[in-house]
Formats: sequence, structure tokens, C-alpha cells
Amino acid sequence: MRAHHDMGGLPAGPVEATEHDYLLWEKRVDALMMLLSDRKRQLLRVDQLRRGIEQLGSDAYDRMTYYERWIASITHNMLERGVFTSDELGRKMAEVETRLAAEREPRG
Amino acid sequence: MATKGRRATRAKPARRKPALRAKRVVGAPRVGRTAAPIPSDIAVAFRPGDRVRVRAIYPPGHIRTPHYIRGKSGLIERLCGSFGNPEELAFGRSGAPRQPLYRVRFIQSEVWPDYAGQRHDTVDIEIYQHWLERA
Repeated sequence: MRAHHDMGGLPAGPVEATEHDYLLWEKRVDALMMLLSDRKRQLLRVDQLRRGIEQLGSDAYDRMTYYERWIASITHNMLERGVFTSDELGRKMAEVETRLAAEREPRG
Repeated sequence: MATKGRRATRAKPARRKPALRAKRVVGAPRVGRTAAPIPSDIAVAFRPGDRVRVRAIYPPGHIRTPHYIRGKSGLIERLCGSFGNPEELAFGRSGAPRQPLYRVRFIQSEVWPDYAGQRHDTVDIEIYQHWLERA
């Protein structure tokens, strides 16, 4: 059976041949991957990143943007390796959400 | 003098380095894009010009052989070298033994039944040896 990501040869419409600027968070995801896979850390390699993306499931794969797929795969790989736990990640996400909400509130 | 001072301060954490290194040797295989060279390569089986067929198998896992080329035959264009097996590396293992990787040339009209381009158009695909058999 063909895996969902293995799309070579399928109809895909025209290629959009324009450059676009990357958002700050996208650059951060890219930097995160470079740091995790460097000689010193060796916590993740590109094959593991790809495997994680291929395992997202077809709905998520189609819905997510390029760097959303990256961060989803990086996260799963780090959970697998025990770099952090789901509980630690969940608490940190809640903390950041609270902080961002406070920053968004109008001042004065 | 400043250099000496820096060396002196570095000497303290260096005391712990041998222990870390020893741990790495007996522990899990090294992973990362700069992992040490992997010994015991698989012997090279094909030469440029050899006709090969891509195995028509469909296992799950992280596979680098495109679905559309499985079962098709082509000619070995060149040996690219030997590399850790990505199917193993994808799961955090060492990728040993290294697999020969070839650039294989296929005739487009044999790959796509409704190919509308030139008759002699080709497509080159890099494929690991364990996916190839003599045709």
C-alpha cells in the first residue's frame, strides 16, 4: 500500500513558484532541529524527523503546514527519547498560554 | 596569562569527561547526523550499466524508495557511496551495516503508462541496494 506522504506522480495542481518570508516561530523550529541534531547533542536526526512526519496520519499531514509537521515530529521524538515528559510539556504550554493572554490584554 | 586562566577553569569539568565517553561506548548506538562512521559495509553488488528491478514490496516504516518506482526496472547509472540505512536510523538505531546507494536510471515512458513527454526522457532515482535485484 502507498503511504500517504509518498505522493510522487499523483495529481497535485500547479506549483506555486514564489518565495515567502518565514515567520519567527518557523525560524525557531528550524533552529531547534539544527541544535537537536548537532554533533554535541545528537538527540535527533533527519531520518527520525521524517519518520515522525510520515506517522502523523493523513488528516494531520494534509492540514498542517511544513513547520507545523516539523514541530509535531520533533515533539514526539523528544517524548520518545525522554527529553521531557507529557506532563512537563503540558504545564509549560499552559504557562506560555497564560503569559501570552496577559500580554495581549490592553494596558491601562 | 588569560589563556592559562581559562584552561585552568576548564580543567575542572574535564575531570568528568572520561566517564561520559565510557557511557556512550557501552550505551545505545550513537545517533545524529554526524554519527561516527559505521563499520562492516555491505558488499557492492552492482556496477554501472547493470539492469536492475526495484523490489515490489510494501512494508511499513520509513522507506526512501518511492512507491511509484517499485516493480520497475532500470539501469545502474552510478554508485553514490555507502550510507547508514535510513530505515534503521529513522528509529534511532545505528544504521549499520552501511548500504550501497545507487543512482538508477529509468525510462519515463516505462514508469508512467500515459507519459506525454519525449520518448527518451529518463528519471534518475537514488535507491539503496537492498531494494534492488538483478533484472
